[in-house]
Amino acid sequence: MEVAFLIEKTVLVLVLFTLTLSIAAYSTWLERKVAAWLQDRVGPNRAGIFGLLQPLADGGKMFFKEEIIPSGANKWLFIAGPSLALLVSFLGSAVLPFGQNIELFGRSIPLQVTDINVGILYIFGVVSLGVYGIMIGGWASNNKYSLMGAIRGASQNISYEIAMGLSIIALLLVTNSLSFKVIAEQQHGWHWNILVQPLGFLIFLICSFAETNRVPFDLPECETELIGGYQTEYSGFKMGAYMFSEYINMFVSSAVMAVLYFGGYNYPGMDTVNELLGPTWGPLIGVVVMFAKIIAFIFFFMWVRWTVPRFRYDQLMDLGWKVLIPLAIANIVITAIVITIVDKL
Amino acid sequence: MSLFYFVSFLSILFSLLVIFTKNPVYSVLALIATFFTFTIQYILLNAQFLAVVNFIVYMGAIMVLFLFVLMLMNLNKESEPMKSNLIKVVGVIAGGTLLVTLVGATKMLQTSEVSALPNSDIGLVENLGKVLFNEFLLPFELSSILLLTALVGAVLLAKKDKRTQNG
Amino acid sequence: MESLSGRKKVLEQKPMNFWERIYLPAIFRGMGITFMHMFKKKETIHYPEQEREFSENWRGMHSLKRDENGAERCTACGLCALSCPAEAITMIASEREKGEEHLYREEKYAAVYEINMLRCIFCGLCEEACPKEAIYLDGPIVPADYLRKDFIYGKDKLVEMPITELEALKGAKV
Repeated sequence: MEVAFLIEKTVLVLVLFTLTLSIAAYSTWLERKVAAWLQDRVGPNRAGIFGLLQPLADGGKMFFKEEIIPSGANKWLFIAGPSLALLVSFLGSAVLPFGQNIELFGRSIPLQVTDINVGILYIFGVVSLGVYGIMIGGWASNNKYSLMGAIRGASQNISYEIAMGLSIIALLLVTNSLSFKVIAEQQHGWHWNILVQPLGFLIFLICSFAETNRVPFDLPECETELIGGYQTEYSGFKMGAYMFSEYINMFVSSAVMAVLYFGGYNYPGMDTVNELLGPTWGPLIGVVVMFAKIIAFIFFFMWVRWTVPRFRYDQLMDLGWKVLIPLAIANIVITAIVITIVDKL
Repeated sequence: MSLFYFVSFLSILFSLLVIFTKNPVYSVLALIATFFTFTIQYILLNAQFLAVVNFIVYMGAIMVLFLFVLMLMNLNKESEPMKSNLIKVVGVIAGGTLLVTLVGATKMLQTSEVSALPNSDIGLVENLGKVLFNEFLLPFELSSILLLTALVGAVLLAKKDKRTQNG
Repeated sequence: MESLSGRKKVLEQKPMNFWERIYLPAIFRGMGITFMHMFKKKETIHYPEQEREFSENWRGMHSLKRDENGAERCTACGLCALSCPAEAITMIASEREKGEEHLYREEKYAAVYEINMLRCIFCGLCEEACPKEAIYLDGPIVPADYLRKDFIYGKDKLVEMPITELEALKGAKV
């Protein structure tokens, strides 16, 4: 391990960490703006121009709120819940490639914290861990609504993980690799995976809505039925941690969708742009494209949230088990048949 | 090597916690931590695929179900089943037998040479897949059929009986 | 059963066709509708800078009126206090001294006149009860405050400005 490598990775991690945090913070702002736009309103516009300082104001408010730990709650687990949720949501972005190798100071630096061989499975594992934050927090609150929310969260996550995994398997048949870097490189130019896996993408999209607990699948925290679900008893910064983890999850799953199906940092005509701008600025354009895609997906998440009403719990389970899983299996079979035929020809 | 010992120490510590904590939820959480240390051990052996699968299946799915059930049961001091003396005696005997077996087994152990892996990439998905689908195809497919039967059985249990649907 | 009124409509529910059953077209249509709303005119009124016009029968903060000579019309009869369902009005009456004819129209006037704005429900019964046309709820929204005692409005806040002062103000503005 050379020193340069260590510095490079440390800087990358720090940059990614800050970016994730700020994108999550500004997602709260964007959420309110999008909600306002779709409802013919203006949204937050008092703190700074266009309300751009709103996240800071919100953070300050949350920081000065009283931290309440209910007397019947299990104190340690009550604190562990939101911490775990936040920790796990940060883990995901470690394997995502945000750009091509970039040349800086005479070194070729990969814009990815680590390219592990089983990247997709890693993301999958991290996502499945995310449910512990909800479950532990919900149980430790010693509140019926919290427990209901936690249980709904757990069963929802487990159910949709299956369909999600199956939709990914079809994609893996196409890509032949579990590494995000390889998958991203394969989609050079306009060869995006969405063109060969539209059904798989649709299933993945629906499942990622369910995994991030966003509307229309926000049953773990639905206000009208469960007050606040698993976060009923939380206040101040611990509630903020839950909220933040939700937005970070949204960021990570947007990034995953962008890389897996929408080509990540690839865009049509990237070769000519790279030739024109050289190996430092060319990849940077790719990074910008990547983040544009991510933000587009985040916008999509919000757009759906303010359009579609919440599912009923049995509808949710029906959709997961009776519709998405059979569809995903059919998708695998069709993909396998097509690939075999294409290989034979 | 020191990392190995540290992680092993943690696994033993957490597995002891599983047994000794009074609160069943703490027990499950300790068990999750134990599985996590196993994941680290797999990574140390460069078996990435196994590590991640252990992570997803055991930590992410099975233990969630454990926790799920325990949280619903709401176990506490009042609902704890009575422990009669007879059960305690039986427990001591069973535990003692296990201890004797373990001690006997450790006595039989011999230290062997540290065997280096012929290929450090052996744990990666590609190699694992090749081995599974060439050498061990039959057992692999058989176990998958076993899983399929379980799946079909679960669906059958969950499916409503058409005749009683309206009743 | 035969409908007695003859107005009963039987709702026909056709079984959904394939496109309706997969729901996605409906969802996309809905999303299209919400997306179009992004470009519509915003309905927001930026409150402290812009204010919405009050309607004609709007009832806001009370004001105690003066007559054309600038004397207070209120004679402290107490009918407003009596009619008030929320018991928000109290007053102390006092007799007019010599030389105060330009200040008070009647021989009796309200030395103290207080309305508790936290109790007031802005029903307008005081307005209707007043025989002297002295109280009207024609003011703006009662502003927020931090202390309960600050919501008890005395004559300093309720009585209309004297005409001379009003004109002086107008003159200053012009």
